[in-house]
Amino acid sequence: MNVAASHLVIVPVLLPLVAGALMLPLSERRHALKGAISIISASLLLACTILLAMRVGEPLTYVYSVGDWPARFGIVLVADQLSALMVLLSATLGVSAVLFSFAGWDKAGAHFHSLVQFLLTGLNGAFLTGDLFNLFVFFELFLAASYALALHGGGIRRVRASVHYIVLNLAASLLFLVGVSLMYGIAGTLNMADLATELPRIAKEDRALLEIGAATLGVAFVVKAGIWPLGFWLSPTYAAASAPAAALFSILSKVGVYAAVRVWYIVFGGTGGEFLMYGGIATVIFAVLGMLSSHGLGRIAGFSVMASSGTVLSTIGLQIPAATAAAFYYLTASTLGIAALYLIVELVERSREPGADIVAITAEEYGLASRNDEREEQPGVAIPGTMAVLGLTFTGIALVIAGLPPLPGFVAKFAILATLLNADSIQPAAWVLLALILLASLASIISLGRAGVRVFWLEGRSIPRVRPAEIVPIGALLAACIALTIAAGPAMRYMASAAESLHNPASYIEGVMRSQ
Amino acid sequence: MEIVVALGIAVLTGSGVWLLLRPRTFQVIVGLSLLSYAVNLFIFVMGWVRLGLPPIVSAGVTPDPAKFADPLPQAMVLTAIVIAFATTALFLVVLLAARGLTGNDHVDGEETDP
Repeated sequence: MNVAASHLVIVPVLLPLVAGALMLPLSERRHALKGAISIISASLLLACTILLAMRVGEPLTYVYSVGDWPARFGIVLVADQLSALMVLLSATLGVSAVLFSFAGWDKAGAHFHSLVQFLLTGLNGAFLTGDLFNLFVFFELFLAASYALALHGGGIRRVRASVHYIVLNLAASLLFLVGVSLMYGIAGTLNMADLATELPRIAKEDRALLEIGAATLGVAFVVKAGIWPLGFWLSPTYAAASAPAAALFSILSKVGVYAAVRVWYIVFGGTGGEFLMYGGIATVIFAVLGMLSSHGLGRIAGFSVMASSGTVLSTIGLQIPAATAAAFYYLTASTLGIAALYLIVELVERSREPGADIVAITAEEYGLASRNDEREEQPGVAIPGTMAVLGLTFTGIALVIAGLPPLPGFVAKFAILATLLNADSIQPAAWVLLALILLASLASIISLGRAGVRVFWLEGRSIPRVRPAEIVPIGALLAACIALTIAAGPAMRYMASAAESLHNPASYIEGVMRSQ
Repeated sequence: MEIVVALGIAVLTGSGVWLLLRPRTFQVIVGLSLLSYAVNLFIFVMGWVRLGLPPIVSAGVTPDPAKFADPLPQAMVLTAIVIAFATTALFLVVLLAARGLTGNDHVDGEETDP
């Protein structure tokens, strides 16, 4: 491993941070320059993360000691198959969100591109760090960026949703701190690998306090993941956010899932998974009910996010490595699909005449009125056959989310069901999960189908003006989904190795501790 | 000494949670501030309550863990204070925007009871 390759782990954190900071002093009028910096940074990030994901198997885990301090004292960044996958996913969403914003969203408020880059910094840092307090710092970094992005574009609806979102996340961050400091007070370390090695040495009477700390930490994680009963904030906030921001937010809930699973497996070796499973099952039930009862596409997408994180958490909670691999595949496919759905929602809602629909909230409340006016003045190159392209893309996205063939949602759900049925002894909860996964598919077909019929076949709608910059990222996300189906074999093998590295944290721990 | 600190954290947390559940945005932000004070104190105490001991070891002397305070919780508190400060300021701006746009200071943006 040469020197350049060994620094590859820190690039996903540093690159967007530098790019975001570079754009801060630039005047808002220099859209072109800002956009260029932003897209170059996002594309480089994507290239780096692909490289990282390809190389990560050779030494099982990449460990980078920041400032060359040995692991117990310094902060380490660790890339194994799972974190490389998550970083790759966030970079993919980053590129498509930046590309989509070129059609106008980046001019709807100040510092859009910087905020996106800071969000990516925080996300990548949270995925790569091997230290709990550092995880907190990266959490706060991407949360602060997400508060501003949720407000991007302004308008009363966004502000109202953001007040709830911010209060909830600030309170969750305080829980995070309580958990982290309790664990430090007992174990005397915050390095995850070191915590795992210290765990057997902790006195029995102190063990309970440490577990309370870990449980508090877990609550903070599942708030981010939108697990029932802590996920009520998710759907309204995401539905109110601007399209590129909402597309990026579709991975925010996966950070909660990732952090919960990672800490739980490394430190506690996977004991007590039933809580994650039951929490996930309750979330899927809530999401199914929510999907069926909502009319707006934005809200349906929000409940799809919850269904996705609930399914992933409960499947991983079963603690079967093959099921975990399928859950990672599902996570990748559903995150890409939901991000594309958030992007296309904005395009199809554009055709909505204010007041034409009972559930339509007035354009003023969307905060879109002024933006649409200025859109009229600058005609872009409208792509031909708009409705046909939009309809086809929407169908593709719906297939991914609902899990119908031939797109990867089907492969993912099939893989989960197959491993559940092939397990030697099926737990009763696994049967419930099995039924719920099918039910969630049905609910997404019904709700997305209903919304699609209303949007595409209802009379009296104007044809929306869609620009290439808007349809290209959606197409790219969908193409990534199709590629995931075609390369399902290699992808599944990668997911299996990611699941292996999650279920057997010994190599992770050894890798970190050896770096000293 | 421990009981004084513990009571202080308890009072701050109790008042903070009470205020956090109130319907006015100003009460919520004061509640969040009180809660973050309580959490900061809590992190600080996790390095154990020790009076008059420096968090620095002197050069050339083998450090005796009983003779100096743990510097790490202090560093963590400092980070937590800065982050809480920044996010509270950000939240304050959002609250002002909400007050301006909705015309009232209810957390839902509208009064529920007449």
